Amino acid sequence: MLDKNQLLRFTTAGSVDDGKSTLIGRLLYDSKSIFEDQLQAIENTSKKKGHDGVDLALFTDGLRDEREQGITIDVAYRYFTTPKRKFIIADTPGHIQYTRNMVTGASTANAAIILVDARHGVIEQTKRHSFIASLLQIPHVIVCINKMDLVDYAEESYNRVIDQFEEFSSKMLVKDVRFIPISALNGDNVVNRSENMDWYQGAPLLHTLETMHISSDINKVDTRFPVQTVLRPQSDEHRDYRGYAGRVASGIIRVGDEITALPSGFTSKIKSIDTFDKTLEEAYAPMSVSITLEDDIDIGRGDMIVRTKNQPETSQDIEVMLCWLNNSPAKPRAKYTIKHTSNDQKAMIKEVIYKYDINTLDRNKVDKDLKMNDISKVKIRTTKPLMVDPYRENRTTGSIILIDDATNETVAAGMII
Amino acid sequence: MRKYYLNYLDELESEAIFVLREVWAQFDNPVILFSGGKDSIVVAHLAKKAFYPSKIPFPLMHVDTGHNFPETIKFRDDTIKELGVQLIVGSVQESIDQGRVAEEQGKNATRNALQITTLLDAIEYNKIDCAIGGGRRDEEKARAKERFFSHRDDFGQWDPKNQRPELWNIFNGKHFEGEHFRAFPISNWTEMDVWNYIKRENIAIPSLYFAHEREVVWRQESWIPNSEYLVLEDHEEIVTKKIRFRTLGDITITGGIESDADTLEKIADEVSGMRKTERGNRSDDKRSESAMEDRKRQGYF
Ligand SMILES: Nc1nc2c(ncn2[C@@H]2O[C@H](COP(=O)(O)OP(=O)(O)O)[C@@H](O)[C@H]2O)c(=O)[nH]1
Repeated sequence: MLDKNQLLRFTTAGSVDDGKSTLIGRLLYDSKSIFEDQLQAIENTSKKKGHDGVDLALFTDGLRDEREQGITIDVAYRYFTTPKRKFIIADTPGHIQYTRNMVTGASTANAAIILVDARHGVIEQTKRHSFIASLLQIPHVIVCINKMDLVDYAEESYNRVIDQFEEFSSKMLVKDVRFIPISALNGDNVVNRSENMDWYQGAPLLHTLETMHISSDINKVDTRFPVQTVLRPQSDEHRDYRGYAGRVASGIIRVGDEITALPSGFTSKIKSIDTFDKTLEEAYAPMSVSITLEDDIDIGRGDMIVRTKNQPETSQDIEVMLCWLNNSPAKPRAKYTIKHTSNDQKAMIKEVIYKYDINTLDRNKVDKDLKMNDISKVKIRTTKPLMVDPYRENRTTGSIILIDDATNETVAAGMII
Repeated sequence: MRKYYLNYLDELESEAIFVLREVWAQFDNPVILFSGGKDSIVVAHLAKKAFYPSKIPFPLMHVDTGHNFPETIKFRDDTIKELGVQLIVGSVQESIDQGRVAEEQGKNATRNALQITTLLDAIEYNKIDCAIGGGRRDEEKARAKERFFSHRDDFGQWDPKNQRPELWNIFNGKHFEGEHFRAFPISNWTEMDVWNYIKRENIAIPSLYFAHEREVVWRQESWIPNSEYLVLEDHEEIVTKKIRFRTLGDITITGGIESDADTLEKIADEVSGMRKTERGNRSDDKRSESAMEDRKRQGYF
C-alpha cells in the first residue's frame, strides 16, 4: 500500500432483506478479503442450511444469538483493503428498534450506504435511515438500488427511486448524494461494472468508495485541542517538560500561534508540538501530539486550547438533538454525567422541546417522554460551562453523551445545535 | 498546497494513542496485557509513543501458562528492561498448584482456557481497573463487536448483548468497585496493518516470527513445534522444517507455517498474499464455531 492511502469509514443501512449482508459479503469477496478458512466455514453452513451456492450474507453474521436468530443485533465492524484505500465498515441492523445502533455506526462514518430494494422503491425505513445520516452529518451518502436483476435491470426502476429520494430528502442536510443501481447477489456494479445496465454511466460502488474526496470532510478552520492528560516526565533529561497531550479535534495548530486556554481564558503561545518521532511545525486533525506553551499556565484534562482569534462558544446551556439509547427512559429533571471531548460534568435535561416521530419525521410536541431510540430536541444545563461548537461545523466539539450515574451506562448521545 | 490529511497507518496510530491516553486519564490502575506476541508488542510500542517523553506510566502484565516458547520469555524480559516499566506475572502453574483450576487431560489438552482464571485472579489481586489488550476486530467474529472500552462485570464476564454504545470518540470508562474494563487500542487494525506498521517502525519482534529451522509435527493442518510437552501419537513423526509462526500462543497449540520469509519485508509480502486467517493455525479456535465467543464471555483476553 502506498503512503498516501487514506482510511474511509462507512456504514450500511437497509431494511431487513434488502440485501445488506449480501452486499458486504460481495464487497469482501470480490475484493479478495475473505480468507479460505472463512469461506470454507460459510460454505459448510450454507450447505447445512440447505442454501444453493455460498450464501455470502453468512459472512457477516456475528455472535451466536444472531446466528441462531438469523438477524444482526449490534454494530459489527469489518475491514478490507484495496490498493487505493483501507475501509472500515460499521455494519448495523436496520429494524426500527435498532435506531441506536445505526446512530452509533454513523457517528464515525465518512460515508453511508443506504440500500433500497428496486422492487419496492423508497420506503419509510429509507427515509429514517437518510434522516439519521443527515442528523449525524455523514458527509457522503450512497443510495444503492439493489436487486436490479429482479426488475430486469430497468432504468425506470432506478429513476423512480431517485425521484422519490429527492422529493423527501430536500428538507435534509445531506451534502453529497449518489445513486448506484446494483445487484449484490450477482455482483453488478459492486466491484465490477455491470454488463446488464449500459444506461448507467456512473462508477461501480467500490470505485466510488475508493475515489470519493474525503480529506476536506474534516474542519480545518477552527483550531480545537481538547487536553486529555498532562505529560510531566520524571527523568533528569526532561525535568522541565510540561506537555499537554491530546488529539487535534479540528483546525491546524502552528508553533508560535497565539492561543487561549479555556475555560480559564489564560493566553500564551505554542512553543513546541511534539511526538515521539519528531517535533513538528504544525499539527492538524486527527493527529495525536503533545503541546508545550511559552508560559506556565494551569491547564489540565478537560480544558481546551484554541486559537485566541477563533474561539468556541462557552456555555452552560446547550440545545441538543438527543438520541436515547437505553432501555430505561429518561427520568424528568434527573441529573446525568455529561461527557464532551475530554470534559466530564453533571447535567440536567431541562426541557424537551419536541420529539421526532421516526416514521413520519413529524415533530411531536405533546409526547415528550424520552424512550429508547427516540430522537428529540432538548435543552440541557450543565454545572460548569462547556466549550462547544455546533455539530454541523464540528463533529468532535459538537457531540456529547449522557451517562446514568446509577448504572454507569451510556444512556444518550447528542448533537449540539 | 500542503496536504492536511493522514494516511491510514498514521490515522490508526493516532487513534490508538488517543485510546491509550484516555485509559490513563480515566483509570487508576491500568496495565498492558503483554504476551510477547506481535499485537501486544505493537500496543507497548504505541504506549511508548503516547506518553513520550514520559515513560509508560503503568506496568505490563503477562499471563504465563508455563508452556512458553523460551524465545518469548527472553523477549518479554528484554522489552521490560528497554521500556523501564514494571512487570506483573500471573502464573497458570500457580493457579493449578493452588487448586484454582485443573489441568486438561488428553492429547489436545491445553492451558489456554485455564488462563482465564489466572488472568481474572491477577486482575483482582493487583486491583487492576483496566487491562489493555492487543485484540483486533478483524481476528475473529466475536471480536468484531468489541468496543474500544469494554466493560466486565465483577465476575470478569463480558456480556456481548448488553454492551455500552460507543459513539464518536467519547469513551465511557465509568465502573463500580470490583468491575473492570478491557481496552483495545488497535481494534481497527488488521493483521496486514500490524505487519506494515512493524515494518515501518522497525519494531523488534521475537525471532519466532521469522522463518527458521525447527523440529515440528504435522497436526490439525499445521506444524506444531516439538517441546517437552508434546505427546506423539503413533502415526505422527517429528521432522525438521523451515517454518515461521503467524501468531504466538502456547508452544503446545501454536502451529507454524512453512515459509522462507526471514525479513520483515518478506513477511509483509507473504501476509498480503495469505489466503487463510492467522487464527486458522490455532487449535484453540478450532474447537467449535463459537469457541472464541464462549471464552470471551467468561473473561478471556
Ligand atoms: N435476486 C437478488 N436477491 C438478492 C440480492 N441481494 C440480496 N438478495 C437476497 O435477498 C435476501 C436477503 O438478503 P440479505 O443480504 O440477507 O439481507 P439483509 O437482511 O439486508 O442483510 C437473500 O435471500 C439474498 O440472497 C440481489 O441483488 N438480487
